[in-house]
Amino acid sequence: MSAVLASHRQSNSLWGQVVARFRSDKTGMAALFVVGLFFVLVVSAQFGWVGSDWQAEVGQPFAPPHLVGAQADVKTAQEAQVPVRQLDISDIDPLAPYYDKWQQKASGVAVTQQIKQDTLPWGGDRIGRDVLQKAIKGAQISILVGLTAAVMATLIGTVLGAVGGYFGGAVDDALEWLYNVFNAIPYVLLIFALAAVFKSGPLAKVFSNGIMNVVVILSLVGWTGIYRLVRAEYIKHRSRDYVRAAEAIGASHFSRLFVHILPNVSHVVLVQLSLHVVGFIKAEVILSFLGLGVSIDMVSWGTMLSESQTELILGIWWQFLAATCMMAIFVTAFALFTDALRDALDPKIR
Amino acid sequence: MLNFLVRRILQMIPTLLGVVLLVFLLFHYFGGDPAEILAGMNASQEQIDSIRQQLGLDLPLWQQVWQFLLKVATFEWGNSWATNESVAKIFQTRLPATLTVMTPILVIEVLLGTLAGLAVAYVRGTLTDKVVMVICTLAMSISFLVYIIFGQYLFAFVLGWFPVQGWSNSMWTNLSVFTPLPVLLAVIVSLGPHTRLYRSFFLDEINQDYVRTARSKGLSEEAVLFRHVLPNALIPILTNVATHLPSIFIGSFLIEVFFSIPGLGREVYTAVNRSDYPVIQAATIYLAALTMVINLLTDVLYQWVDPRVKLK
Repeated sequence: MSAVLASHRQSNSLWGQVVARFRSDKTGMAALFVVGLFFVLVVSAQFGWVGSDWQAEVGQPFAPPHLVGAQADVKTAQEAQVPVRQLDISDIDPLAPYYDKWQQKASGVAVTQQIKQDTLPWGGDRIGRDVLQKAIKGAQISILVGLTAAVMATLIGTVLGAVGGYFGGAVDDALEWLYNVFNAIPYVLLIFALAAVFKSGPLAKVFSNGIMNVVVILSLVGWTGIYRLVRAEYIKHRSRDYVRAAEAIGASHFSRLFVHILPNVSHVVLVQLSLHVVGFIKAEVILSFLGLGVSIDMVSWGTMLSESQTELILGIWWQFLAATCMMAIFVTAFALFTDALRDALDPKIR
Repeated sequence: MLNFLVRRILQMIPTLLGVVLLVFLLFHYFGGDPAEILAGMNASQEQIDSIRQQLGLDLPLWQQVWQFLLKVATFEWGNSWATNESVAKIFQTRLPATLTVMTPILVIEVLLGTLAGLAVAYVRGTLTDKVVMVICTLAMSISFLVYIIFGQYLFAFVLGWFPVQGWSNSMWTNLSVFTPLPVLLAVIVSLGPHTRLYRSFFLDEINQDYVRTARSKGLSEEAVLFRHVLPNALIPILTNVATHLPSIFIGSFLIEVFFSIPGLGREVYTAVNRSDYPVIQAATIYLAALTMVINLLTDVLYQWVDPRVKLK
């Protein structure tokens, strides 16, 4: 309560109050801090400051984390396998005359022997790539996909919901029909149908890197809920006095839709956007795991989990743990942030 | 009541037509060329032309739509492009496996969720409530994949309590040997979100006047909770179950993929990988229809659960 009063002293604007309410929420602020850290990470990865050389094979295959220390027994086991009885087959080997020539040619080429580290900060994967780098790069891809898809779904849902709710009549009927059609199809099947189409259809080349692919699929599946809520808000607002007043001073339909009403329903839009980010990140992880998401030359939390499934049986747990923890921390923080945002934007709900 | 049913069924027709049209147009304009998918890489132009003719791809668009509608109406989808098995037969043979896994999951999920939600709502505001809610939030933030990967590793591979994966022809073996682990994992995953959701349903009821009245006339707590609060909270629970019901027919495809259960979900997933369009199209359209029917039945059930609801 004191925070609300304090906010009155500083500023009476709607958003000023929202900020003040949000600041008084300790969990929300802590969550915002964690989310902020992740965004710094995503931006740094986007500009190539961190995680850009995740594909470099810097360690031994399955190099353990620093904390665990090098696994001596694994190495001896590998070495023990090496000595195999060498047979002298030079009499019948058709390539025998060429070996010397090749040897000479090869010696002319400068080869730098890269030192493979025995341990890496958070271990290495099957070809010795740094798992920590992969997790950071994976965070970039997963969060970027989740955010972009959520923004697109919100955009589609908001525009259609605004138009349907504001104009009513035949436009609304048509949009309601479209909503019913999309809503009737179980979302898993809609995702599968879209994935099948994008995989072998003419759009496969356009979406070659897989990121756009996932974004388009998720936004086409996810807009319906947002549409419904925004439409309901616009129906509520369209005949309010302030909209009538805007009409009286000659504001166009477009201006009334997006300049006058939109700021008044923006809290609904913002909360929905935030809610969808978490859902879409989870969906992206599953799609990438199944091979329907980002392409194989990219890393996301989903592809890391997919690799870790076989690693776990060999007792290699660090990649599994890295992907799980990164994702769990981000999703928890973002979910708590969303809760706090909702409370701050709409104190009546509490 | 009859009026209501007739009206609702009539309302379904445009939606269902829309679904059929959406699926048709999606695959027609954005899908790959069926003839090329079927004929493979090294097909001659003649082969492609003959396949196009067989599939009716050389007809005008409206005739193709009509043929597609006929397929939907008569269940004549022809054969799978990948396995040449008839699509109808694929559905018949895959559905039992999906139902065998998903029915126990749904039943246990709802029962456990209701009990846990009721228990937590009863101790609302206490430390237990807060701790349980935090655990639920954390549990929800971990990917479904993690639960399955780790659960399969721990319970099947390390501890050996269950087989890692598999399926048999006998329903009893399936239920007793192969389904317990998938069911266990799916229930663990759902416990977090369900407890949170059902708690909120019960909280809406537990502060109502009739609860205070029931307490004030000296009813035992069990009677208050199970005879008064629970029946009143059934409506939102029913809605929640209804929204999940169609998913038992597609199955949790992830569970089917991980545990090699020959169900419908895994079939559709492999169909996506093989570009086996008829299977995907048929599954999408019929499950959409099924979803609509289930939604209608749910509305009818509302009246049975809550006599105050009048269907108009």
